Amino acid sequence: MEKFTKLTSRAVPLATENIDTDQIIPARFLKATDKVGFGDNVFRDWRFHKDGSLNNEFVLNNTNYSGSILVAGDNFGCGSSREHAAWALTGYGFKVIVSSFFADIFKGNALNNGLLPVQVSAGYLKELMAYLQENPTSEIVVNLEEQSIETAIGTATFDIDPYKKTCMINGYDDIDYLISKKDQITAFEAQNMN
Amino acid sequence: MGKTLFDKVWDAHVVDTIENGPQILYIDKHLIHEVTSPQAFNELKQRGIPVARPHKIVATADHNTPTVNQHLPIKDALSRKQLTQLSKNCKENNIPLYDLGHKNNGIVHVIAPELGFTQPGMTMVCGDSHTSTHGAFGTIAFGIGTSQVAQVFASQCLLLQKPKSLRVSVNGNLKKGVLPKDVILYIIAKLGTNSGTGFFCEYAGNVFEEMSMEGRMTVCNMSIEMGARGGMIAPDQTTFDYVAGKEYAPKGEEFDKKVAYWKTLPTDTDATFDKEYSFDAADIEPMITYGTNPGMGIKITENIPDFNDSSFEKSLEYMNFKKGESLINKPINYVFIGSCTNSRIEDFRIAAAYVKGKQKATNVNAWLVPGSQKVAKQITEEGLQTVFEAAGFVLRQPGCSACLAMNDDKIPEGEYCVSTSNRNFEGRQGQGSRTILASPLVAAATAVEGKIIDITQHLN
Repeated sequence: MEKFTKLTSRAVPLATENIDTDQIIPARFLKATDKVGFGDNVFRDWRFHKDGSLNNEFVLNNTNYSGSILVAGDNFGCGSSREHAAWALTGYGFKVIVSSFFADIFKGNALNNGLLPVQVSAGYLKELMAYLQENPTSEIVVNLEEQSIETAIGTATFDIDPYKKTCMINGYDDIDYLISKKDQITAFEAQNMN
Repeated sequence: MGKTLFDKVWDAHVVDTIENGPQILYIDKHLIHEVTSPQAFNELKQRGIPVARPHKIVATADHNTPTVNQHLPIKDALSRKQLTQLSKNCKENNIPLYDLGHKNNGIVHVIAPELGFTQPGMTMVCGDSHTSTHGAFGTIAFGIGTSQVAQVFASQCLLLQKPKSLRVSVNGNLKKGVLPKDVILYIIAKLGTNSGTGFFCEYAGNVFEEMSMEGRMTVCNMSIEMGARGGMIAPDQTTFDYVAGKEYAPKGEEFDKKVAYWKTLPTDTDATFDKEYSFDAADIEPMITYGTNPGMGIKITENIPDFNDSSFEKSLEYMNFKKGESLINKPINYVFIGSCTNSRIEDFRIAAAYVKGKQKATNVNAWLVPGSQKVAKQITEEGLQTVFEAAGFVLRQPGCSACLAMNDDKIPEGEYCVSTSNRNFEGRQGQGSRTILASPLVAAATAVEGKIIDITQHLN
C-alpha cells in the first residue's frame, strides 16, 4: 500500500448526496480479475452519455477543476461492498475524499487502498463546496499526522482510527499484522472449536 | 449489566484486542463468489501466502452467470473468464465450489442457509454487502471488501472496531398483504439510508418473532440499505426447526448441544442499546420506492413527498416522477421477482397464489429467477411452475440476474421495473433503467395488471 502523510492539491466539488458505489463503478465493469484499469470507468454513467460522448455538465469533465481531492456530498460510498469503487477512485488519481459522512464498508475499503476518507461537519462541507464551486484553483492541504484539513474557509480536524493512521503513514496492511498473530489464532481455535 | 445478542456472539469470537485499536475477530464461515474473490486470490499468490482454512470457505458462482441455457458455454468472454478463474482458484486451494449447474448452485445468500452452513451464533463474511441476510439466524454476518477477503483467506480473521448497537422493534399486528419486504422498506423509509452506519442492528418484537426464516432473511438482507453493516434476529424454535436436518448442519446429539447453546444467545432483558427505535405494525402498508435510494419509499397509496433539495430533485428527474404524484396506475413493462432479498420458495408461493387463474399483462416482460437450484426444484415439485406457465410466465435459471444486471438480464434505458430486489440506484438494473422496489405480492400484481395497482383493494 502507498504511504500517505501530507497532500496539497486542488479539489473537485461533487455536491450530490448518497453517492452509491454503483455510480462510482457500475456493475458491468466488475468482470475483471485484477485491480487495473477501473479508473477509466469511474463515475462512468455520469461522465459519459450512453453514446460514449462526454457529459460536459458533469464536474469531472469541467476543465476548471482538477486535483487529487474529491469533495463529495453526505453519505458517500453507500451500497455495494465492491472494493472496485476504491480502485476506480485511486485509479483515476484521487488520494483523498472529503465528505460529511461515509458509508461503513466503503470507508474500510478506502483505508485499505491508501485512499484517505476525511470526514468534516455538514456545515464545513457546505461552505467548502460553495467556495470551491466559485474558486476552482483554491488549494487544500490534508495532513494525516496532524489529522487536519486546511482550506480557504478555515482549518478543521478529522478523526481516524489510530491503528489505521499508522498503517497509512507507513504503508502497512492488515495481512502482515494478522499473519504475525498466527499462533494466537491457532490457540483460539483449539480452545473454542470442538 | 446484561449483554445483547450481538455482544454475546461478538465477544465469543474475539481473539485479541489491540490497544487503542481494532480487535481480531475470528470468522467461522467465509462465503465467496466470482466477482470479489479473484483479486484476493492474486494478492495471496503474489505474496506467497497460503489459504489458511480452506474447509471454512464455501464458493458459488452467482453474480455473473446467465439465467438461461446454463448448460451451454457462457457467451460473454469476460464473464466466462471470471468463472474459470473461480474454478481454478477453488481447485488450487481445496475450496468446495458449487459451480454453475451443480445441484447446490445459487445465490450465495440463498444457498448457505438452505445447505445448513448458516447457523446461529456464528460469524460469517462474504465479499458482498447483502451478507447481512444470515443475521436472520442470530449470526454476525456482514459484507467485506476484497482486501478483507484476502485477510480472511490468510488468517481466518479480520481486524475490526466493534460497531455500536441499534435495536429496531416492531410490535402489533401486520395488515393483510403486508409482507416482510414491506416491513423493512417501511423501516428504511422512516430511518433513512445512513441511520444504521456504524451500527449492528437487532430486529425485535412479535412481528419478527412470528416471521418465517425466509421473511427474517428478507428483513436482515436489507439492513445494509440503512447503512448498518448487519442485522440480527434472536434465534428461536423457528430457527432451530429450519436448521435441523440441513445437509451441513450438526446432527443428533451434537445438534442438541448446539441448540442448548443457541438458546443462551438472545439479548438479556437488562441489556441496553446505543440507539433504539420502535414502530407500530398497524402503521405499515404495502410499500414501493419512487427514487434512487432504498430510503425513498412510500406506502403504495401515498403520493411522492415534496422536498426542496437538489439531490432529491435529481433523483426524481432520473425516475421521471413529479413531486406530489401518485404511482398508482403507472404503466410498467418490466417485473423482476428474484435476488437474495426475495427469491426463496416462500416468495414464489406468494407470487403463485396471486397469479393463479389470472394472466400476465401482454405489455409486461416478467423475469422470475429462483435463488437456487433447490428453490427451482421446489417450485416444480410444488406445482408452482404449472401455475406460472398457465398465467403466461416463464421461469429462468438461478442467479443474481437483474438485481445488478452484470449478465444479460438488463432492463432497457428509460423503462420502469417493479423489482423485488434491494437497490433502486441509478442504472442498477441496466444503464438508464428505473427501479421501483416492492414485495413479491406487489410485483406479481404489477405483472398481471401491467401497471401499479393499490394492492390493498385486491385482497380477499
